[in-house]
Amino acid sequence: MRKDLVWLFAGILFFGLLYLLNWGVKAISTDLLVWIGAFLTLAILSFLYQDNAFYKFAEHLFVGVSAAYWMCMGFWNTLVPNLIAKLHPPIVKGVLPAIAEKPPEYWYIIPAALGIMFLMRLSPKAPWISRWALAFIVGTTTGLNLVRYLRSDFLGQIKSTLIPVIVVENGSLSVGGSFSNIVIVVGVLCGLIYFFFSKEHKGLFGVASRVGIYILMITFGASFGYTVMARISLLVGRMRFLLGDWMGLLQ
Amino acid sequence: MRRQIPLYIVLVCGIVFVIQFFIPSHESEFIFEYGQDWVMVIGILALPLGIWSYLRKTWLTAVKKPKERFFAGVSLFGFAIMMLTGLKRESLMAGSLYMELFEYVLIPIQATIFSLLAFYIASAAYRAFRARSVIATMLLGTAFIVMLRLIPLGPISDVNQALVGWILSVPNMAAKRGLLIGIGLGAIATCIKIILGIERTYLGRD
Repeated sequence: MRKDLVWLFAGILFFGLLYLLNWGVKAISTDLLVWIGAFLTLAILSFLYQDNAFYKFAEHLFVGVSAAYWMCMGFWNTLVPNLIAKLHPPIVKGVLPAIAEKPPEYWYIIPAALGIMFLMRLSPKAPWISRWALAFIVGTTTGLNLVRYLRSDFLGQIKSTLIPVIVVENGSLSVGGSFSNIVIVVGVLCGLIYFFFSKEHKGLFGVASRVGIYILMITFGASFGYTVMARISLLVGRMRFLLGDWMGLLQ
Repeated sequence: MRRQIPLYIVLVCGIVFVIQFFIPSHESEFIFEYGQDWVMVIGILALPLGIWSYLRKTWLTAVKKPKERFFAGVSLFGFAIMMLTGLKRESLMAGSLYMELFEYVLIPIQATIFSLLAFYIASAAYRAFRARSVIATMLLGTAFIVMLRLIPLGPISDVNQALVGWILSVPNMAAKRGLLIGIGLGAIATCIKIILGIERTYLGRD
């Protein structure tokens, strides 16, 4: 047998023994699922040392479990209420009694047919039929997104940028408010200039482009800080699970 | 026919779903609601394709690569267990084995994988963001100030909190608006190209 698998089985056996013996720590969890969670957490963390059998075990388990999880979720939360219940409501009487009383909506035969066309991709003779379903999805989402991007990402952002640069509060000039609004207006313009490559970034245009990259760097720094701290929060969460839920060392 | 019909479907659907926004009526509402629902249903019906592809690939790996056989088996075992526990609608209720497996298998692995990035992002940042120029220093300084605000103990001072609030709502907002305007323009252009059939890579090859 391969050496890495021997180590893996030994590790699982060791963990199982610790569970059975309760490790002599009174506060340690007796819940088998908590132990499984702790084992998998440690297995993933072991990657910090190097790629190993424990990590691969957890990684492969994750792929299988998450595929089945989303399959079941998709079936029960989307397919049953949005297709099966619409086509033949009495069939879902046991699981969704509120919907079971409604009249059937035969319009839903169309997405059902398109969905089946999608599965034709598996057919060796006519996989091209699946393109019809794909075309419906692409066309619909494109049409919906065209309006959405136009309204919120383009016009909405321009509208929010057209703000007064002199801010008056309670009858007097607000220096802080005015400064912030100037930074917003100038920042948006300079940011756009930085991404405008049809003119050489020289002279005043070059200065504006330079200001644009400063503003962008501040944004990237803020996003980077947020990302790092989000990961740290997750790490803290896992440590709390290991030390608290599993080992019972935290109150 | 194999390529023309899908292009016509995209053209018609695209135009219909753009027009329905500009003509508010019961019919437009009907088209909007049903269109969204249908896309969701078709998308979910496509899920078996992904599952089939995953099962086929994993099975072939197990058959053809003896070294990977054990781990392919682990993957298929996890899939089978989760599918069996999720066969009933009640499985989605809190306390069922399906949800317990979600909480104690899926969540620990997923959260730990993402938390691993904390280590790698820190080492990558050290190499990439050394304060060698003004812009690198600005990035580093902003990241440092924002991170101080987000430590688990809470903000270190009121000044830091106010400064982070200003950074996020003013310069950060300005740059994001610039980026969003650019993204919006690009997305609109791509949508028009798809509807008109100029961009057709989604059709794949024959």
